[in-house]
Amino acid sequence: MNIDRNLIRLLNEERRSFVLSGIAGSLSALLLVAQSWSLSALFERLFRSGGGWNAILPDLSLFALASLLRLIAGQAGNQMAKCGTLGIRGRLSERLAGTVAGLGPAFTRTEQSGRLVTTMLKGVESVDPYFSQYIPQLLMALVVPVVILAAVFPSDWIAGTILLLSAPLIPAFMIVIGKRAKTATEQQWGTMSRMSGNFLDMLQGLTTLKLFAQERARRDGIAEASENFRRSTMQVLKIAFLSSLALELVGTAGTALAAVSIGLRLSSGAMPFRPALFILLLIPDFYLTLRQLGIRFHAGMEGVTASKEMHAILDRSGEASPLAGGMEPAPGEAASRPIVVESLRYTFPGGAHPALDGISCTLRPGSVTALTGPSGAGKSTLINLLLRFVEPQEGTISLGETQLSRYAPEAWYRQVAWVPQHPFLFNATIRENLLIARPNASGTDIDDVLRQAGLLDFVRSLPDGLDTAIGEQGARLSGGEAQRLSLARAFLKDAPILLLDEPTSNTDPILEAQLRAAMEKLMKGRTVVMIAHRLESIREADTIVVLEGGRITQSGTHAELAATEGFYRRALASSTEVAA
Amino acid sequence: MKTLFRLLGLTRPFAWWMLLAAVIGFATVGSGIGLLMASAWLVSRGAMLLPASALQSGISGVRLFGAARGVLRYAERLVSHNTTFRILTRLRLWFYESVEPLAPARLAAYRSADLLKRIVDDIQSLENIYSRVVAPPVTALMVTALVWALVSRWSVEAALGVLACQLTAGAALPVAAALLSRGTARRIAGLQAEQQLLAVDMVQGLGELKAFGMLDEHLRRMRSAEERKLTLEKRAALVEGVQDTLSGLFMNAAVVWLLWQMLPMARSGSVGTVALTALVFGVTASFEAFLPLTGAVQHIEADIRAGERLFEIIDTEPEVVAPPAPLPFPAKGGIEARELRFTYPGSLRPALDGVSFTIPEGGRVAIVGPSGAGKSTIASLLVRFWNPSGGSLTIGGSALSSFDPETLRRHIAVVSQRTYLFGQSIRENLLLANPGASDADLGRALSAAGLDSLLPRLDEWAGQSGMNLSGGERQRIAIARMILQDAPIVVLDEATANLDAVTEQAVLETIDRSCQGKSVLAITHRLHRMERFDTILVLHEGKIVEQGAHGELLALDGFYAGMWHLQHRAEM
Repeated sequence: MNIDRNLIRLLNEERRSFVLSGIAGSLSALLLVAQSWSLSALFERLFRSGGGWNAILPDLSLFALASLLRLIAGQAGNQMAKCGTLGIRGRLSERLAGTVAGLGPAFTRTEQSGRLVTTMLKGVESVDPYFSQYIPQLLMALVVPVVILAAVFPSDWIAGTILLLSAPLIPAFMIVIGKRAKTATEQQWGTMSRMSGNFLDMLQGLTTLKLFAQERARRDGIAEASENFRRSTMQVLKIAFLSSLALELVGTAGTALAAVSIGLRLSSGAMPFRPALFILLLIPDFYLTLRQLGIRFHAGMEGVTASKEMHAILDRSGEASPLAGGMEPAPGEAASRPIVVESLRYTFPGGAHPALDGISCTLRPGSVTALTGPSGAGKSTLINLLLRFVEPQEGTISLGETQLSRYAPEAWYRQVAWVPQHPFLFNATIRENLLIARPNASGTDIDDVLRQAGLLDFVRSLPDGLDTAIGEQGARLSGGEAQRLSLARAFLKDAPILLLDEPTSNTDPILEAQLRAAMEKLMKGRTVVMIAHRLESIREADTIVVLEGGRITQSGTHAELAATEGFYRRALASSTEVAA
Repeated sequence: MKTLFRLLGLTRPFAWWMLLAAVIGFATVGSGIGLLMASAWLVSRGAMLLPASALQSGISGVRLFGAARGVLRYAERLVSHNTTFRILTRLRLWFYESVEPLAPARLAAYRSADLLKRIVDDIQSLENIYSRVVAPPVTALMVTALVWALVSRWSVEAALGVLACQLTAGAALPVAAALLSRGTARRIAGLQAEQQLLAVDMVQGLGELKAFGMLDEHLRRMRSAEERKLTLEKRAALVEGVQDTLSGLFMNAAVVWLLWQMLPMARSGSVGTVALTALVFGVTASFEAFLPLTGAVQHIEADIRAGERLFEIIDTEPEVVAPPAPLPFPAKGGIEARELRFTYPGSLRPALDGVSFTIPEGGRVAIVGPSGAGKSTIASLLVRFWNPSGGSLTIGGSALSSFDPETLRRHIAVVSQRTYLFGQSIRENLLLANPGASDADLGRALSAAGLDSLLPRLDEWAGQSGMNLSGGERQRIAIARMILQDAPIVVLDEATANLDAVTEQAVLETIDRSCQGKSVLAITHRLHRMERFDTILVLHEGKIVEQGAHGELLALDGFYAGMWHLQHRAEM
């Protein structure tokens, strides 16, 4: 019956609005009865007495008043429901953003970002019809028929029985035919999305079509596919629409049956005129309310689908790292204490093997540690743990004696600069992209870090300089410029600890030299942990840590490791072979 | 308004279908009116204690209209959906035809799948322009005429009042509400765009936001955007609610007015009480036709916005137009570039900044350089996806713009780094290069490209929904396409970038074999087997910084040598 448990839970949080909406709805149902009552009274007087003004005026006024109040009550109910809906949407959207933020980059990186954004925005919007239309209609469908039946039965039990017996037919038909139609409709939606997929395919491949001078030939293909789609869909719809035909027929048959039965009894004098008219006025709304439930049902469907996707994310909120600790490192503490990693273990949710399987090491203050090892060995996981994007499941990371988890996350982030391999640039200006590292940086500071990152000349050459918008994901910058901007951010942040994922090989020797120089400057005087790819970076590190299968298999200086049999020596041998 | 008329103009071939659907729609509402009027007639006549036989026509009326309503509704839905699908086909063809001359230059901004998807969605939503925008007012007009005919028979004053109420409820109020909430709707759309931006930044830049301590601030901005949007939506809902209430009020006012005008007539006997009852019921039933009008006005706005987005794309001037009297493609002659310059629109610096080179007929030239140096731009200019902003590019001494673009492209085979495979069979994906090729030709091309495994699978689906082809397989399909196309000029744009070393070797040999005697322009940033080329042009930041054969360039110990050493140095 389109009741989604998660959505009902949300409904409960705004119970007041929806209860009020239900009350307003019931009130409007009662006013509908008053409306019909006064109109039928008016006609009775008209028939009986020819209707002098004085006789008719009270009924006419009552009718007008009831109509007015009914509209107001109905509208008030809608507004209440809308208010509740907006409340739910606001909360849902905040919860989703909070959950995604809590799950952190380790989560967002595994999800398709476009889909995640759609769920966070369109998903929340699409529950609107469920709450603002379907739920109020569901309440109305429970109240209105009962009120009408209660009004009809005392006047005429035969008409009442007709309504009572035909009413269940509507939901019954809805369910029976609905199920069959559902498969047909789903099938149709399948073809529909395939069709629009096909069209999208053509548009995406337009360049390829042009390269082969086939763009005009494919036009007919689109026409043919579209026509075929129309024909097959119409076959499906012919059946699917039967359901609404059946519903409509039940409604009109009920109306007709009641009208004829009433008319015949009237003419034989077995029934007075007024209740007859009264019933006749009420019947259309009886069926309309039930039929509209079917329409709103479809409007709400999308919300149910979206709810599943949203709750798939919300249900994971338990995995979010607990934001424990409120301590702040004392000034100079992060620069003077070692980072101590002890028996660290981490397995990704759903992962079969631990990504880190009990590693221990000490990173001396001011030293450079190079992480190396085959891909998937756990290098990035270690960086993620140091960045507290995920929290250790076993073991600890400490700054000196204090576990990282005892620091407030934002306090820890003040001590850390991070240069990822693929830095994310915000769709804003160069200045704004820099200022996130230090919002109060002065113009001289900015010029200074741009110079150190080797970007100053480039930025000055731009007509808008620092205020140049760099486009979605920095699309207007080259890869090298984006990397240097990320380095400039790290310079600006000037934190004692630097976590660095070295960019893989560049093909531009000039750029390569610039990046290298900037990185060396950046590393000076900081505690550095880097995932290193270049042999010379690794060779110059104070300590080399070799990770394999989530364990530290070797660690030491270049000279020590080169003298020992193991991954490092093998890798060294094969890479120098390539170079030779 | 102009946009709306342009959109409606597109649906003109289906005017008759639409009219048919609207007439059936009118008949459906008409049956509803008939059903209630017949019932009212039946009950009022019954009240006069007439014999059952005198009620017969009322009973038949009730039965007829009751059955007709359902059946007519069914027919109306079938016809209108059928029309909708025809409109969709037409919209797609129209858009494809309009957008095709613009590709790829003017569509560069829409390259991301996300934006293209939005275009497709816009077209998809416009398919409903008939059922949501055209049909409701047409049906409402016909119903208005019917009610007028029914009421004005008895009293023109009463009919005028009813008409005024209908016009107010059905036209004036929805339009007024739309005008009132137009600013709101636009601001909501603006906030939605802002939210999209914020959400993308959050999802993709979550690491940066956390590490720079900006996450709370960012979440606050997202919350504020959502709150502002919800406040606006609340206001929009209120306007809509007030409008709905007023519309309903005017509908009821029509009934009150009718009674007010006609009760004295009933008393004086100039109108029968039976007729009056039936009229009241009929007018009540006619409201049904006015309910969808509110939605229609809102949909007009949405459709106009979707239309504007589409027109904005297709109304751009194409970058490349065919010359009125194209020259035949020269049978002989090399390619020559003189001081070639090009800047992409919106780009911060020129992609090509005065590049000159010659590719003699049958010559082999490579363009190398770091990514972003402008290498692929040369290929785009050569197939005339773009026109140079300065300098000249000629084949056999004639400017590229003197050829028909299709002819030009048929004579240049391009193997690019991004091979697009359509969601069609492998066969169709290959035939693209040469529609007349026989299965034997396809087989030869596939084997030459090292894809014998695909031979028995020609009819399987490729592309997104089809088999999962690896990057290497896609690349080799591109090479098979090149072989099938058999053009005198071949452009290899990072043609072997996705292949492992062993396969690359084999594929390069295939390419060399099938390019015998052809002019070859190879673009690459990976320096492998560079001895094959007569000349290597080294491009850096849009300029040729060095040129010569591989050995000469290495001996020069400049940029090229630097690149070569970088690529052949140790990494782990």
